[in-house]
Amino acid sequence: MPKALSDAVRRGQTRHRSWRMLKNSAFGWTMAVGGIGVIVTIVMIFFYLFYVVVPMFSAAKIEQVAKYQLPLDGKELVHLSLDEYTEIGFAVTSEGYYYFFDAYTGSPIAEGYISGSEKRKLLASASGDSSEGSIFLAVDGNHWIVVRPHYALSYPNDKRHITPSLTYPLGRTPISLGFGDDESVALITGNSGVEETTIVAATSGGAMVLTHVLVEASLLGDEKTLETTHVRLPRIDYAVAFLSVDIDQRELYAVSTDGQISYFDIQDKNDPRLLDLVNATAHGGSVTSIAFLSGGISVLVGDSTGQIQQWFPVRDENNNYSLELIRGFQVFDSAIINLVPEYYRKGFLATDSNGYVGLFHTTAGRVLLLKRIGAEKLSAIAISPRADGMLSVGDGGMITMSRVQNAHPEVSWQSLWGKVWYESRSGPEYIWQSSSANSDFEPKFSLTPLTFGTVKASFYAMLFAIPLAIFGAVYTAYFMTPKMRAFVKPSVEVMAALPTVILGFLAGLWLAPLIESYLAGVFLAFILVPLSFLLVSFLLERVPQKVRGLVADGWEAAILVPVVCVAIWISLALSHTIDATFFDGNLPLWLFNQWGISYDQRNSLVVGMAIGFAVIPTIFSISEDAVFGVPRHLTFGSLALGATPWQTVIGVVILTASPGIFSAVMIGLGRAVGETMIVLMATGNTPIMDLNIFEGFRALSANIAVEMPESEVNSTHFRVLFLAALVLFLVTFAVNTVAEIVRQRLRVKYSNM
Amino acid sequence: MSIWVRTGSPWVWLSAGMVSLNLVMVFGLLLLIAVRGLGHFWPAAVQSIELSDRDASVSTLLGNIVDEEKVSAARVRDRGGYVPDGVEIISRYLIKSGNRDIFGADFVWVNETDVRSRSTPRDAVVLERNEWGNFYGFLINVKQNGKVVANGDRAWNVLQKRIARKTELEAQIHRIEKKEIGKINYFMESIRLDEKRLLLDGNNDRLPFENLARDRAALETRYEKFNVELSDLYAQVRRDTITVKTVADQVFELPIAALVRAFRPNDMSFGEKVVHYGAKVWEFVSEEPREANTEGGVFPAIFGTVLLVILMSVFVTPFGVIAAIYLREYAHQGMLTRIIRIAVNNLAGVPSIVYGVFGLGFFVYFMGGSIDQLFFPEALPAPTFGTPGILWSSLTLAILTVPVVIVSTEEGLTRIPRAIREGSLALGATKAETLWRTVLPMATPAMMTGLILSIARAAGEVAPLMMVGVVKLAPSLPLDGNFPFLHVDRKFMHLGFHIYDVGFQSPNVEAARPLVYGTALLLVILIVTLNIAAIRIRNRLREKYNAADA
Repeated sequence: MPKALSDAVRRGQTRHRSWRMLKNSAFGWTMAVGGIGVIVTIVMIFFYLFYVVVPMFSAAKIEQVAKYQLPLDGKELVHLSLDEYTEIGFAVTSEGYYYFFDAYTGSPIAEGYISGSEKRKLLASASGDSSEGSIFLAVDGNHWIVVRPHYALSYPNDKRHITPSLTYPLGRTPISLGFGDDESVALITGNSGVEETTIVAATSGGAMVLTHVLVEASLLGDEKTLETTHVRLPRIDYAVAFLSVDIDQRELYAVSTDGQISYFDIQDKNDPRLLDLVNATAHGGSVTSIAFLSGGISVLVGDSTGQIQQWFPVRDENNNYSLELIRGFQVFDSAIINLVPEYYRKGFLATDSNGYVGLFHTTAGRVLLLKRIGAEKLSAIAISPRADGMLSVGDGGMITMSRVQNAHPEVSWQSLWGKVWYESRSGPEYIWQSSSANSDFEPKFSLTPLTFGTVKASFYAMLFAIPLAIFGAVYTAYFMTPKMRAFVKPSVEVMAALPTVILGFLAGLWLAPLIESYLAGVFLAFILVPLSFLLVSFLLERVPQKVRGLVADGWEAAILVPVVCVAIWISLALSHTIDATFFDGNLPLWLFNQWGISYDQRNSLVVGMAIGFAVIPTIFSISEDAVFGVPRHLTFGSLALGATPWQTVIGVVILTASPGIFSAVMIGLGRAVGETMIVLMATGNTPIMDLNIFEGFRALSANIAVEMPESEVNSTHFRVLFLAALVLFLVTFAVNTVAEIVRQRLRVKYSNM
Repeated sequence: MSIWVRTGSPWVWLSAGMVSLNLVMVFGLLLLIAVRGLGHFWPAAVQSIELSDRDASVSTLLGNIVDEEKVSAARVRDRGGYVPDGVEIISRYLIKSGNRDIFGADFVWVNETDVRSRSTPRDAVVLERNEWGNFYGFLINVKQNGKVVANGDRAWNVLQKRIARKTELEAQIHRIEKKEIGKINYFMESIRLDEKRLLLDGNNDRLPFENLARDRAALETRYEKFNVELSDLYAQVRRDTITVKTVADQVFELPIAALVRAFRPNDMSFGEKVVHYGAKVWEFVSEEPREANTEGGVFPAIFGTVLLVILMSVFVTPFGVIAAIYLREYAHQGMLTRIIRIAVNNLAGVPSIVYGVFGLGFFVYFMGGSIDQLFFPEALPAPTFGTPGILWSSLTLAILTVPVVIVSTEEGLTRIPRAIREGSLALGATKAETLWRTVLPMATPAMMTGLILSIARAAGEVAPLMMVGVVKLAPSLPLDGNFPFLHVDRKFMHLGFHIYDVGFQSPNVEAARPLVYGTALLLVILIVTLNIAAIRIRNRLREKYNAADA
């Protein structure tokens, strides 16, 4: 070969070889990148769930964004609030002068005297519920007037523009408070709705009058007439320092500085009644501030020792209401100055005389933040409707605008897992109730009833599945002929593949009604079917050897198939007769009448059987493998020593295979815990906590399936559902890991035997 | 007796019985689904049942007996029903008497004790309708534009011809509405989006706007043309009516346009019944659903399920196989790899609903939302990908089933004898070549098993899909004739969800139930077939390598 040619060949070979090497390493890299990528993606599931859940537990933040002076000339503020978009502040002074100002710069937008209050002495003032925003002013001559800020929205050039103005819902003419000329009003409170307004005023002498105004539109709708009534309230024998009427204008609280709280029912405006009288300062100190929580059910009481208490009326069995202390917060060292509720959540802001600000949530019992803003005490404070901004006024009229980050105050360990005393309930309870129609609803995020439901479902499922699967597996692996085993194993594996939606559908629409009408028969079958197996065994023992010889060893299961069918048929056929003879013809009704056990058609028995059916193949398959893998020399040894086959099973086989059987049960349990479609379709999905097998429940998984699609992205509800998913993930993952480790050890053990 | 107990024989028989019970449950369940699912389509005899109530008033019902059960008389009495004294257990029949628009309910329970006589009138007519379920009654005449064209016996044949004509016309209407007008709507929407995109880009050129306006005008002209054609067709469809009477001699006039099919089951020969049965089964698998999914077919659900599974396979196969090859052939076989292997194995046991939650949060809201911001700002605030759809569903299912493929492929790779690998390397092949040319081809059956098992699992999963894209009624299929043909952002229907929705969310569960059994049967057949295929392949594979080892 000429040298040039061989060189060319060699060069070609080298090129070819380096091309092959390149391909080789490219292939390796692709596999590494792809493989690691897939594994990272899978691991990411866990981190993503975690990432969504974590913000729920982070603390709140308050961050100062602006500081400016309002020209108050030393006047005290009686009202301070922010608009819906946290852009405009609104303040009213003790002289009846109001300001609308830019919340970030303090530059005035509109100001003036509230009409009717100029040149008249202001006797008292009060703010109604923050979501309605009314301000009540009592003026000279025992008259009053109500005003409300109004924010008109317009979109010039596609940008939002807010024009604030003051409105007078009941006109500009002051209305009488119903006192005589010799009395002078010292305290006022009220709330104003669309149709009616309720005002309660008190003199320093302790006389109280309730004024009720009904707005009646004329037929044409352009003229409004006011129908005003006055009622004197029962006199109380202490000096009233604080008065408050709830947003629905049904309750009135009159509180003295020494902690006496009188609770009035004012639903009937002509007949106010005192329902209860309690003392809120049993531990000493004096009341320094009160406020309603949003929704107007709970009242917050702050005192000079720095404690904040939540009270609300609780109904007893006889429908009598009494005021109860629900919970207290003791985080401040000095007197509470202000209590400001959030607009739409059960949270509130509090300040003390040392200039500290605290953010709280009542349902969760959570102190979200405690922070000192400036050195001096804050004379007034306001939170924006969306709870994302805060205005605070220092002593010199210096206003601080702060941004508030407090997205998920409702969640705490206690509110998720513990008993919580919710508003209008008679005691602490576990409740899951995530949403309701009205906005002042208190969300109830207790995962306990849901977890209970999951546990209940798994319990009944395992009760049904374990005997069927494990006995079956032992028989199949140890006694059954290989021919039949080759048929049985794939059949059970096919059973594993049946979609759970089909099982759920059959459980809900076929099995549930069937069990309801054949309840007696179903229980009879639970007894009769195993008995029939024993009967067959017993009879075969009695018949002559010749006949018994016809039954080949290892085919018992095949012989019993018709026996099972007949036993079930007999049980169901007898069902109605038993029903009619012993249970007045209707067992579910009889159970309720005799034992007080209520019966739901879609109940835990149905779910237990359906989920049991779904997990049988898993348990069966794995424990069958474990039993089948027990080395033969162990069993032969046992048999050679004279043990019967069954003694060998108990003493050797099951003992050796027990780790495998344990891991089978664990994996089956993992499946039962996460089962969704069956529990969704075969239970009533009511989150109740009751061990009764004839009642339904709501499981974690079904709850996610029902509520997730409707939950608002990144809301607390959304994140709580993610937490439920995370809990399911962790539980099943842990259970499966334990099972897997046990199984791997067993494999090593077998190979060493 | 005591010997019998001491031999342990009772225990053996007891455990044998558990196996029998399992077998009875599995096959009983399959049988139940098969019988109920297939039985529904058979044209059952229509019975005329004369009833006398407790006050001896006589009424007549016309309908099919769909269910029969025994019940204790006490339960009937507890619910306010009447059973003569002295009777403790009675039989009762569930009768589908149709005519929901007249009676309010189309199913009635009838106690055997109330039945005076039963007969099967030969001329009883069942009319399947587009609305209000079936009509059971008798045909009086057929009218055209309000004039009677056929009476008595002749009316029946005329009716069949008129229904055939109407079906023909409706096919034309359907073609125009779905294909032509659907296409116009699609283009109109894309013109609107183009326009918005131009505005968003701050385009000041007038030319593109004028072009779009011209296109729109052209489409509108086309639309008008089709609209005229349509209203003409509709007028033709509305031409014919029939007069019918119920068994209680109430007379009604029904437009033929409202009918789907008319038959007289009591007058059909066995052959005709078979033909009818075939037509009904074909309708079930090939037509769209009617009447809130309680009648008609499940074609969109079959289509959605199959497309979903295909998309999922496209995602899951390469990634699952690559991960398995990496874990088995490239990764260092240390503690970390073992942990990862256990973790991957365990992920197969994590509840599917968790994957659904992940898919909704990560794919739909996070990835979909970002894609919308980047590529489809013109459609906002209406989301394009930031909403559940078939793409996200198939990705979620791919993540759900990837452990199955990984585990199965790894098992296949482990089973390949070392000798084959070493032989290839000794002949000078690189590692990649060894894998690509010898190992992987031998492992394909294992990959196939993994894929089939994952398809079988995916086809039956419903819970995660409820979050990431399945709907009870999708307006259009995710695959159609408009570019880009495959619309992965669309929502879809699914057999499993169909079962849940029709069985549990439907206003008329009784009417929907047979259809749910039918759907369940389809799903079971699909999944059992896939599983048996996987088991077969696995067994063949084992035999092959046992041979190679030897």
